[in-house]
Amino acid sequence: MSEETKKTKIGYYPGCAITKCSTSEEYGTSVLGVSRVIGPELVEIDDWNCCGASSGHATNHKLSTALSVRNISLAEKDGYEEVLAPCPMCSQRLIVSQDDVENDEKLRKVVEDAIEMPISRNVKVSNYLEIIKNYSMDEIAEKKKKKPEGLKVASYYGCLLVRPPKILKFDDPENPKTMDEIVTAIGAEAVDWEFKTNCCGGGFTLSKPDIVIKLTHDILEGAIDAGANAIAVACPMCHANLDMRQQAIEKEYGRKFNLPIVYISELIGLALGLKPKDLGMDKHFIDTNSVIDTFSDI
Amino acid sequence: MKIKITTKELKSDFAKEVKERSGIDVKKCYQCGKCTAGCPVAYEMDYMPNQIIRFVQLGLKQEALTSRTIWLCASCITCTTRCPKEVKIAELMDVLREMALEEGVANPMEKDITTFHEAFLNSVKKHGRISECGMLMEFKRKRPKAALKSALQDLADGSQLMMKGKLSLTPHSIKGKESIKRIFEKLG
Repeated sequence: MSEETKKTKIGYYPGCAITKCSTSEEYGTSVLGVSRVIGPELVEIDDWNCCGASSGHATNHKLSTALSVRNISLAEKDGYEEVLAPCPMCSQRLIVSQDDVENDEKLRKVVEDAIEMPISRNVKVSNYLEIIKNYSMDEIAEKKKKKPEGLKVASYYGCLLVRPPKILKFDDPENPKTMDEIVTAIGAEAVDWEFKTNCCGGGFTLSKPDIVIKLTHDILEGAIDAGANAIAVACPMCHANLDMRQQAIEKEYGRKFNLPIVYISELIGLALGLKPKDLGMDKHFIDTNSVIDTFSDI
Repeated sequence: MKIKITTKELKSDFAKEVKERSGIDVKKCYQCGKCTAGCPVAYEMDYMPNQIIRFVQLGLKQEALTSRTIWLCASCITCTTRCPKEVKIAELMDVLREMALEEGVANPMEKDITTFHEAFLNSVKKHGRISECGMLMEFKRKRPKAALKSALQDLADGSQLMMKGKLSLTPHSIKGKESIKRIFEKLG
């Protein structure tokens, strides 16, 4: 790959949850849709594999590290210096695994032997908020075509974008601001609220639905009480738990929320004038029209 | 809570073993309880996170490895983030889970969680990526009680997902699935 391509293209690691025909495909659809308008150009890493997610690190550290690191080595082989993993489970696993092999020579050797490739030391893995903040804020300001009227958004970061902070080194782990800045940049109001980095129950959605229902209920209530009319997310698990489970939560707690849960990439897309359907906004369980309707031409 | 401690536990190498495997030094913990105060799942646990650390400090291996707590930890990493002594508590839960599985003492009450992990990794092993449908089917087949409890909800969710084209029945395997299989053979 030439020097020129290296600089302008970012390796795209979608991860399993946001590819086509998966439960969070609209996240992938909207990330790619936005990138086509404002860049940076994203090129899918050839033959990437699942990072192992929570099931990997919860049960087998070496296996989890090898599954994650294989993707970073593939990215380096393809010539990328930076990789975008829009799913925070993936980005966190990739970054933590990279750090683990960097600080443990024995583990590095075991992993290199397992993945049958040398481990790259030079690939930077980024989450979606980082990519937007580092490459696209000016582009959003220049190319936005629509502006929302009266849209109050609770930026919900969840766990994996910010923790563990010493390794991820992204934003303030207790009160992150990056998503709020993006929300403000597209002309919506970022509400101040207390649940920005609370846990939604993540991977317990199948195995411990009761925990998920309690935790997501608290988050929905916090957003509504702060005056939000939508929650913005950048995580497929947060989205699935808040959107897909919302009706079950309402039933359990006897309170109607009907609160649209939108990906930050969808909000950026709407501001850029992309069609809601092309962003996958018809794929949500909770109707998103109340968010879409606030946008009008500038 | 009363737990009998003998010199056998106090002289055991449990804390050392944990440190060797994970680099986590539980001796640093002075039991301030901040991990427990911020834990979103503490209300469901049989022992509080700081008690699990105490077990490791005191060599109470059985108590730690057979606890429900290690499985109920959601890996949100709030505890590690806030620990004043920089003890990686969430990561400690990972190593304890791993040891519990190796020794075959994982708490049977949390079988839904361990089975989910199994089904998830089996799907990765087979295809290199997650087949949501395949994973779901394996989990439901192995945990019929959990399946029955959530059957109506799943039916509603499943049919909505199908309608929206978000559930693929056919798994997608990667080209390098053999290399993934070899990773599992070596490390699985």
